[in-house]
Amino acid sequence: MPKVSLTVNGKPVTVEVENRTLLVEMLREQLRLTGTHVGCDTSQCGACVVHVNGASVKSCTILAVQCEGAEVLTIEGLASPDGTLHPMQEAFREYHALQCGFCTPGMVMSAIDLVQRNPQGLSDREIREGLEGNLCRCTGYHNIVRAIAAAQVVMHGKAKELPRAAE
Amino acid sequence: MYDFAYHRPATVAEAVKLLAADPEAKVISGGMSLIPVLKQRLARPSALIDLGAIPDLVGIAVSATTVTIRGRTTHAAVAASAEVKRAIPALAELASHIGDPQVRNRGTIGGSIAHHDPTADYPAAVLALGATVHTSRRRIAADDFFTGLFATALEPDEIVTAVEFPIPEKAAYVKFPNPASRYAMVGVFVAKGPMGVRVAVTGAGAHGVFRHAAMEEALAKSWSPEALEGITTPAADLNNDIHASREYRAHLVGVMAKRAVAKAG
Repeated sequence: MPKVSLTVNGKPVTVEVENRTLLVEMLREQLRLTGTHVGCDTSQCGACVVHVNGASVKSCTILAVQCEGAEVLTIEGLASPDGTLHPMQEAFREYHALQCGFCTPGMVMSAIDLVQRNPQGLSDREIREGLEGNLCRCTGYHNIVRAIAAAQVVMHGKAKELPRAAE
Repeated sequence: MYDFAYHRPATVAEAVKLLAADPEAKVISGGMSLIPVLKQRLARPSALIDLGAIPDLVGIAVSATTVTIRGRTTHAAVAASAEVKRAIPALAELASHIGDPQVRNRGTIGGSIAHHDPTADYPAAVLALGATVHTSRRRIAADDFFTGLFATALEPDEIVTAVEFPIPEKAAYVKFPNPASRYAMVGVFVAKGPMGVRVAVTGAGAHGVFRHAAMEEALAKSWSPEALEGITTPAADLNNDIHASREYRAHLVGVMAKRAVAKAG
């Protein structure tokens, strides 16, 4: 059986896969990292977004074998070992940017890539456009946009603390 | 998905050799079209030859007169390139609106044009700018490259290595995305430059991307949206589906073309 060696959330792993195994299948079924979700399985909904070599990708539309030597980051790899959340995770919590939560891992991973690629800062409109590849079937977009707008301030070092949501 | 053999060559020559040895093998670049096709079992290649480990296939080079984008360069890289934005802003903008950010992080120009999906954006730019497609064995003019729906002039063992775009004086692309899928129902790329005045239409044609001779003639006389007034697009050869009738698409071609000329300035 083919083997793929890569780094997942900072840890080197070697996994036996079929050539047709999707990255998301390997993550969920073999590495048991079930934080990455499969929503549509047709590369539309974005619930399966992870980072491969720093770029957000839909893990349902990339083969595990294509990730040989790659660095993969999933939602499980964001928080510090002591449990401190990534600023984007913290912002999603603070701004109640989730309802059922199914789309959340993909939203957070896409949002981090979006913010990192735009150090000049993003308007609400640009955030909405940047989320084109992520669907929230609860239609909870408004608070997701607010969370990302708040998180970018911390991620770009313009504030130490996350701006608090209004009471 | 049916299973397949998987190869990860390090050079274009090695990839071509693998491809020539196996007529049932397929090349995979970004995989944004191919993997969905495989998942639906619409294709059953014996092997995938992944271009992902060939560093020579990535990069953008800009000269005084041309922009050359290597085959496996992603849409995201083209969209973010300061050099492309300066030389052919319409091309960077087109790349910035393909699919969604995650698709742009994987999808490549070579894959897009080799696949020749009738709703893809890049074929319109390649044809309207009169680009030259570089392959593993030759150079192909844009006018000869796209031969029909999902069909190109590429031989079975030929790989797109780069696309060379002449820098135009003016160019713009405007599309009407399907409200759900965001694929172009109609997209029109207009350009005026060393290759003359050219208008290419994607999304609409039943045989893929095509040039619009009547519009080119009118714009060559007078480069203005008004010059396109009264020019119609024969509906017979246009796509007709649940998203839009061929008559509606014909109408949209005119509207998108006028908007594109206005945008090009």
